[in-house]
Amino acid sequence: MAGAGAAIGLGLKRTISPSTTALAANKIDGIKKSSFSTSETITPAKDVTHYNNYYEFSTEKTEPAELAKNFRTRPWKVKIDGLVEKKQELDIDSILKMAPPEERIYRHRCVEGWSIVVPWIGFSLSELIKRANPTSKAKYVEFTTLFDLNQMPGQRRQVLDWPYVEGLRMDEAMNPLALLCFGMYGEDLPNQDGAPLRIVLPWKYGFKSAKAIVRIRFVEKEPMNSWKLSAPNEYGFYANVNPNVDHPRWSQAKERRLGEFLKRPTLMFNGYGDQVASLYSGMDLKKNY
Amino acid sequence: MHRYFKPVLFVACLVPVARLAWLGFHGGLGANPIEFITHSTGDWTLIFLLVTLLVTPLRKLTRQYWLISFRRMLGLFAFFYGFLHLMTYVWLDKFFDVHEMLHDIAKRRFITMGMTAFTLMLPLALTSTKWAIRKLGRRWQALHRLIYCSAAAGVIHYIWLVKADLKKPLEYAAVLGMLLMYRVVAWLVARRGSPNTVKGAAPQLTVP
Repeated sequence: MAGAGAAIGLGLKRTISPSTTALAANKIDGIKKSSFSTSETITPAKDVTHYNNYYEFSTEKTEPAELAKNFRTRPWKVKIDGLVEKKQELDIDSILKMAPPEERIYRHRCVEGWSIVVPWIGFSLSELIKRANPTSKAKYVEFTTLFDLNQMPGQRRQVLDWPYVEGLRMDEAMNPLALLCFGMYGEDLPNQDGAPLRIVLPWKYGFKSAKAIVRIRFVEKEPMNSWKLSAPNEYGFYANVNPNVDHPRWSQAKERRLGEFLKRPTLMFNGYGDQVASLYSGMDLKKNY
Repeated sequence: MHRYFKPVLFVACLVPVARLAWLGFHGGLGANPIEFITHSTGDWTLIFLLVTLLVTPLRKLTRQYWLISFRRMLGLFAFFYGFLHLMTYVWLDKFFDVHEMLHDIAKRRFITMGMTAFTLMLPLALTSTKWAIRKLGRRWQALHRLIYCSAAAGVIHYIWLVKADLKKPLEYAAVLGMLLMYRVVAWLVARRGSPNTVKGAAPQLTVP
């Protein structure tokens, strides 16, 4: 017992240094800094790339790193449809040129009670939405992840109803914090973290931030999202980080930042209230969890 | 063979905790060491419970009756890993915050079930001495049938805990189901096999 205790202490005392080029991927040029970035200690890249909730590959967090190794991110098209002026299929490389890449160092809070700080690279999702030209009827956006049994072995089991879908209200999607992401740690996004294109919504639980997006659809009614479909009493549509609303099976009051021993209190909207609280004024967040 | 078997098995049973310590010293517990320890000790608790329950069917079916002499040790190791599992929760997850833990136990059914599983193991560990066995006599066997309940509670605890992927907890449930089914079948066979057996004079089954 004492030995195990000592080991735990040591296990957590691994050297933690903001890693910049740990991914051995393609470096992204011309990255701008962002005023949205936090100055908190960045989680080591090794942790962010070897601790992934990516059920399309595996329900074990350690496995996507290996299983996604040969995932093909080119060629890659993203279908833009639903309530838009013109339906289109965009090539990933044309999407990446829509706006200059920015580094956004965001806190990322998982619904399971752990958190990380990641230097994502991308630009505001609004840049793409503006170019997609949704009609005035469009009130929500739905994101669909790739469905490919040959490349994503986790989809062979019906753990969730594939493909993975997520959604946002239009004003949430247009909020400048909502990031269309294709890189991290100065390099291309690793496959296990959602390459080639994902969204990052730092004020919401991680599962809202859909990975490997192949379709963006504009709709009038609130779209269904995969986890809500799987367990509606546990996961809602909004899924804003909220320490006052517990998950039925665990408290959300605290979180464990990877690399830290003691838990830290979870902040309302994950600390992004200044940017997003107004989106939800007048809403009962206990009901709209 | 018998002389060395017991100490060898004892050391083997310590391998899972030694592995955790070794990984801990070498930064091998992954991105979330506390979660790793929690899952590992939980897994080993269930494995030791199931292995303990395997002893009786195994010794009957293979007629290797000496296997019984290891059952107590295996059961105590189930308790040992269960205790480590509980301590990771009490210490590393809740930091001895009694109020929060009571709230958890009352509100979250998978915690309630886990606590039940551990609590049921407690009297079994406490009455595992030769003295207690002698003292309790027939009642000892009845008491130690609680291991069925503890193992079932442990498996339910796991089923209720997972988010979506029930594969692993259901594997444990399947093994437990088979081990319990053996007892039902053995009991039915023994009852039919000895028509003279009167109610109350249970057939000589070594349970648990």
